Amino acid sequence: MSTHVEKDQVSGRETTGHEWDGIKELNTPLPSWWVYVFWACCVWSVGYWVVYPSWPSASGYLHGMFETTNRTQLHETMANVAAERAPYMERLAALDLDGIVDDGELLNFSMAGGKAIFAENCAPCHGTGGSGNPGFPSLQDDDWLWGGALDAINETIHVGVRWDANEDTRFNDMPAFGRDEILERQDISDVVQYVMAFTGRETDKAAASRGTEIFADNCSSCHGEDAKGVHELGAPNLTDAIWLYGGDLSTITETVTNSRRGVMPAWGDRLDEETIKMLAVYVHSLGGGQ
Amino acid sequence: MSQGSMAQTAPTPVAVSYNMDVVRWGALATIFWGVVGFLAGDLIAWQLAFPALNFDIEYLNFGRLRPLHTSAVIFAFGGNALIATSFYVVQRTCRASLYGGKALPAFVFWGYQLFIVMAALGYVLGITQGREYAEPEWFVDIWLTVVWVAYLAIFVGTLLKRQEPHIYVANWFYLAFIVTIAMLHLGNNLAIPVSFMGAKSYSMFSGVQDALTQWWYGHNAVGFFLTAGFLGMMYYFIPKRAERPVYSYRLSIIHFWALIFLYIWAGPHHLHYTALPDWAQTLGMTFSIMLWMPSWGGMINGLMTLSGAWDKLRTDPVLRFMVAAVGFYGMSTFEGPVMSIKAVNGLSHYTDWTIGHVHSGALGWVAFVTFGAIYFLIPVLWHRERLYSMRLVSHHFWLATIGIVLYITSMWVSGIMQGLMWRAYDDLGFLQYSFIETVEAMHPYYIIRATGGLLFLLGSLIMVWNVYKTIKGDLRREAPIGTPATVAAE
Repeated sequence: MSTHVEKDQVSGRETTGHEWDGIKELNTPLPSWWVYVFWACCVWSVGYWVVYPSWPSASGYLHGMFETTNRTQLHETMANVAAERAPYMERLAALDLDGIVDDGELLNFSMAGGKAIFAENCAPCHGTGGSGNPGFPSLQDDDWLWGGALDAINETIHVGVRWDANEDTRFNDMPAFGRDEILERQDISDVVQYVMAFTGRETDKAAASRGTEIFADNCSSCHGEDAKGVHELGAPNLTDAIWLYGGDLSTITETVTNSRRGVMPAWGDRLDEETIKMLAVYVHSLGGGQ
Repeated sequence: MSQGSMAQTAPTPVAVSYNMDVVRWGALATIFWGVVGFLAGDLIAWQLAFPALNFDIEYLNFGRLRPLHTSAVIFAFGGNALIATSFYVVQRTCRASLYGGKALPAFVFWGYQLFIVMAALGYVLGITQGREYAEPEWFVDIWLTVVWVAYLAIFVGTLLKRQEPHIYVANWFYLAFIVTIAMLHLGNNLAIPVSFMGAKSYSMFSGVQDALTQWWYGHNAVGFFLTAGFLGMMYYFIPKRAERPVYSYRLSIIHFWALIFLYIWAGPHHLHYTALPDWAQTLGMTFSIMLWMPSWGGMINGLMTLSGAWDKLRTDPVLRFMVAAVGFYGMSTFEGPVMSIKAVNGLSHYTDWTIGHVHSGALGWVAFVTFGAIYFLIPVLWHRERLYSMRLVSHHFWLATIGIVLYITSMWVSGIMQGLMWRAYDDLGFLQYSFIETVEAMHPYYIIRATGGLLFLLGSLIMVWNVYKTIKGDLRREAPIGTPATVAAE
């Protein structure tokens, strides 16, 4: 098309004289603020290259005046944190658990650290604040499987539960009375009635009384004659309203028939002594520490 | 006079026989895939708020539907919009019909749809390279390469046989988009298939080289697909619709070359504070900062082209879509450089802020300028007097705008909150929140975001109805925009 420069009535600018499908272009110069800001960004960038690591070369790269990198920054930050915590950590290592709880300052430190460590490592199973989930015990009540004293909690965290990789792990193994054909279906039904009666629920009296003997023969050696549980064996108390997997008829029947085999990792393999002490103090404080 | 004056786009008197078939198909495909992409996006937004909506069905879980959503909106909706409008614009501004006759453009259109379907099936069936925005496996990549080379041949062939002395700026941007996407696609998809009969392949790169290649690709997909390509669209449709000359020819040259040169370096800002060497992070960040003004050049040229035509915004919701698009473009191309600064990125990265940023670009810029172009093109392509209803366009505009505002503001709040919670320490350096607490805190914002997405989806359904009635040849009797709705049309 012909080049035909004309003047735009609105802006007073001339066009470039080109036209495409009716579209024309004005010959407006670059907005000066646009040019200045663009140059300012370029100048700032050059300055940044001088100060921080930038252009690569055959033998490496420009290190920059500050000689700082992500790694040096990270190491500095971590070293600062470690230095601030050092006095506490030393005393944590030296004192036993009762000593830590008696030292107000160290107790506060352990509670703050234990809370964060618990949220990171324990809360996914035990729930935020240790409120528990089906199959994962609540840590807020005084019903403990392996003991609720400071030392017992500390030991459980260290060695885990049924954690094969740790030879000292807390271990027990309730038989699968139904699956392994130790008890008849009717016997299981009877003993479940008997167990449910402990917590004062309406049960089939005849079945429950038949269950008495079955319980004495098969269950009491771990759960105790009185069914109140045995910490040394990790056997739960069956006479309270707290149930790890659920206390209704079908869930208890399922437990007796197929057994349960919950697992907790041995945290001693992953966390250091001081960290586990902080965790034990924190868990002990959640409501049920003995 | 109707608000959308089509006087100058009526069948041209010039004796060039344009190939508009493929543009018509492309316009319809754009709308179809747009609705599919928005629907998938809103479903996964609700899944994030209510995980039960995954229905425990592998084909419907978030992990598979998320790439389906991103590919549907970027490549199916955006890609069809770019192919259709580029074929329209290059013909009109070159006064030449498409190179390759009827067959080659038809091959590109149908070949591209086949690529989309193959990619989508792969996502749902779990066949993926696991590279963000480059998920399709090697056999799909090879097919796309064939289609893309044909697309390049058509575009360049048409430019070569043009009857205008100069190449219009919109075509520079379209060409930059086609060439660079070809290069990115080939570079990032270098992979060795495990077998000729199997879908699986492994990348040629490993470790941090692989990550850098991926984000060189990923960021430039944003730069050359979603920015350069759609700037080409903007440079044709805004001056055309506003009936005003482009504000500054010089600015268009300078910002084009600055954008092309600087964008290609910015990818490493996706890998701040990773194993990527510090010097590469620095370059990625500084080139992103220098990219600010070149990006804004397009916004200035778009907005200032309206000098003397601002009053049209009151009466023409189609132009309103285009101008709002440029506004969102300006906002997200400012937000981008800010987020590339390492100190800001340390807070924003891996949070919902990034998702909000992407959507102010994708919904506000890409989709809005596409809606404007579609509403412009439909009456022209089907030789209708005007759209069925301008008021429905206006309803679409407001629904979509409110949807975007809900989306990006909820993601700003949720993202910044999430970043602050992750880095909250007490004075002894102990973390204050567990990860799950941050997820719980984001729940209400996920609901707001999904609601915004729903409004955006509803708006697009109004567009479907309006386009259907327009193509059918119906005209709605309604008062022109800018007058009370109760006044009968003259």
